Amino acid sequence: MNKYTEDDLREELKTKEYEYGFYTDIESDTFPIGLNEEIVKAISLKKEEPEWMTEWRLEAFKAWKEMTEPEWANVHYAKPDFQAIAYYSAPKSVDPNKTLDDVDPDLLEMYKKLGISVDEQKKMNNVAMDIVVDSVSVATTFKKTLGEKGIIFMPISEAIKEHPELVRKYLGTIVPQKDNFYAALNSAVFSDGSFCYIPKGVRCPMELSTYFRINQGGTGQFERTLLIADEDSYVSYLEGCTAPSRDENQLHAAVVELIALDGAEIKYSTVQNWYPGNAEGKGGVYNFVTKRGLCEKNAKISWTQVETGSAVTWKYPSCILKGDNSVGEFYSIAVTNNYQQADTGTKMIHLGKNTKSTIISKGISAGKSQNSYRGLVKISANADNARNFSQCDSLLMGNDCGAHTFPYIEVKNKSAQIEHEATTSKIGEDQIFYCNQRGIETEKAIALIVNGFSKDVLNKLPMEFAIEAQKLLEISLEGSVG
Amino acid sequence: MLKINNLHASVDDKAILKGINLVVNPGEVHAIMGPNGSGKSTLASVIAGKEEYEVTEGEILLFDENIDELAAEERAHKGVFLSFQYPVEIPGVSVTNFIKTAINETRKAQGLEDMPAKDMLKLIREKSEMLEIDRKFLSRSLNEGFSGGEKKRNEIFQMAMLEPKLAILDETDSGLDIDALRIVANGVNKLKSKDNAVIIITHYQRLLDYIVPDFVHVLHDGKIVKSGGKELAHELEEKGYDWIKQEVVT
Ligand SMILES: Nc1ncnc2c1ncn2[C@@H]1O[C@H](COP(=O)(O)OP(=O)(O)OP(=O)(O)O)[C@@H](O)[C@H]1O
Ligand SMILES: [Mg+2]
Repeated sequence: MNKYTEDDLREELKTKEYEYGFYTDIESDTFPIGLNEEIVKAISLKKEEPEWMTEWRLEAFKAWKEMTEPEWANVHYAKPDFQAIAYYSAPKSVDPNKTLDDVDPDLLEMYKKLGISVDEQKKMNNVAMDIVVDSVSVATTFKKTLGEKGIIFMPISEAIKEHPELVRKYLGTIVPQKDNFYAALNSAVFSDGSFCYIPKGVRCPMELSTYFRINQGGTGQFERTLLIADEDSYVSYLEGCTAPSRDENQLHAAVVELIALDGAEIKYSTVQNWYPGNAEGKGGVYNFVTKRGLCEKNAKISWTQVETGSAVTWKYPSCILKGDNSVGEFYSIAVTNNYQQADTGTKMIHLGKNTKSTIISKGISAGKSQNSYRGLVKISANADNARNFSQCDSLLMGNDCGAHTFPYIEVKNKSAQIEHEATTSKIGEDQIFYCNQRGIETEKAIALIVNGFSKDVLNKLPMEFAIEAQKLLEISLEGSVG
Repeated sequence: MLKINNLHASVDDKAILKGINLVVNPGEVHAIMGPNGSGKSTLASVIAGKEEYEVTEGEILLFDENIDELAAEERAHKGVFLSFQYPVEIPGVSVTNFIKTAINETRKAQGLEDMPAKDMLKLIREKSEMLEIDRKFLSRSLNEGFSGGEKKRNEIFQMAMLEPKLAILDETDSGLDIDALRIVANGVNKLKSKDNAVIIITHYQRLLDYIVPDFVHVLHDGKIVKSGGKELAHELEEKGYDWIKQEVVT
């Protein structure tokens, strides 16, 4: 195919009729609202993608058109109007005239509480950095260290061009384009995301986080992450930024695919704190995420997540335990306050023999929020001696919130051992009074109790992240007691 | 230090304290005894500032200041400590972490910086040795799975760490074995000074053998119906409460 020029595109578009009056001005970096095949093509073109990638997106788009939004989750929200969204927007550029004085003071207050440096604050708000050189050099140092080990870590848009053989081999193998409504949408229109490949036998020498935080200014609306750990390799990947982001994007539909080949181990930690909406439940992000990992023989994948943000969360990081002796883990803390709704959990699909999975979920609900755990443990016929342990604890604050647990268990092999424990507790007045009596004010007391409740999961996070996550829990629950 | 005038308190419109008068001076030890349900723990909670209880009449003065408006933590910052009859569990929060938070929150309220980790460690070592508490115990979740006696000893450990001005020990002796009782009592005695005061709520004489009270009060139906010296406790141990109830009626 000849290079599809902007003029061609414009020409072609003129000849068609679109419900929402499509026009494009490729010069500008935001596409008009609405979604159709042309937009998908235009995104691909804009990113200078190879043809196979364009086709791949179009296939996904075709599937998506036939699909309907899932309704089984325990969440209620006004369905997004998918034709009212702009599907491509280049990363916001730094505005040289903008200073921190132009940033929402509420947001700055939160940063202060989190102990975020001024430079990072600027970074997160697209304010020009004073010491750009510094961060660039830091990033370069990381790149060098990683490069020496043969580790590839780059935006997926670059990987598509630089390592097409890897991307093509694995993209969509764990989360197929047609997997679900949001995954299909993501596959069609994903803007960017990360790609990571750890070669055979390599232990990634650093948490892939610092790098990420420096380089990932704003996270896209439709992020796509692909992480491949080759045989006997190890990587710990941290996703998200612990600072609250007030993203104007209503809808976030990310896809993450992990591949752990024989003997590999992947630790994937997430802190999600998108804007949850205000105390009256207005605004906030819809976070519909598909995350799944595949374990080959003797491989291990651990998902750890701290979910405090978003108005609506729909997310089930899962493990397909295909190889014998593979291990899947899911550790989750989900906090909902005010009018937030979260329906989150995991799926552990045991296919191989002697596969093992552990699920620890801690749900904390306050205000008028609803917090659901939804988990599936599936033991297939061939999975001899599979084992699962699940523990789902809910902590309620006040009388207006809800905690729900939906565990699904499907067992097709008699040798399976499955244990499920669930508890629901309430922060009692007596606990608060006890803390008060020792000089600990109520808000701090709640933070202490919540941290205690979440400890098993917090402990799974890398140290530095855990401390930030703790602070985040505290902030998310501020004002949750009258 | 503490002055209680004609204190009436109720919970859910049910009157429990019905006119308490009590004066506690620095350096004094007061024992409060009385039948089950007479209002001893309620009195302790009201002094400590539990919100459920409503003061309907009277006042509590702490260092000549009416503390009616003060929240429980503010009273704690002023040096009020309550050793609970039923200490609550806080899963996942270690004894060490809890007491560290308590101390630093109190310091913050007093305009002080956090206690340096080194000093904190030293203090913990010192006080846990005094109360013969195994260090491993301090890493366990607060009160979770503690035996009755362990809970009480842990309360006194916290008291030792916080060094309150006014300590109220609500049935700290119940649940303690004979050796533990001696250790805990000795601990309390070591913390005693001319500047602080202790109120001991108990049903039994034996604790008072170790911590000798200056005054003994009998609480009955929300009122202090009899006060006396340490011999009153012996008398109660011998005769029970009936004769006092008789006296009240007549
Ligand atoms: N929150 C409450 N709601 C209802 N009644 C209460 C409450 N707290 C205390 N009471 C009642 O007040 C009375 C006094 O209780 P309190 O616990 O003060 O007694 P006590 O003297 O400490 O008894 P004990 O020796 O058994 O510890 C009891 O009849 C009790 O049932
Ligand atoms: Mg009592």
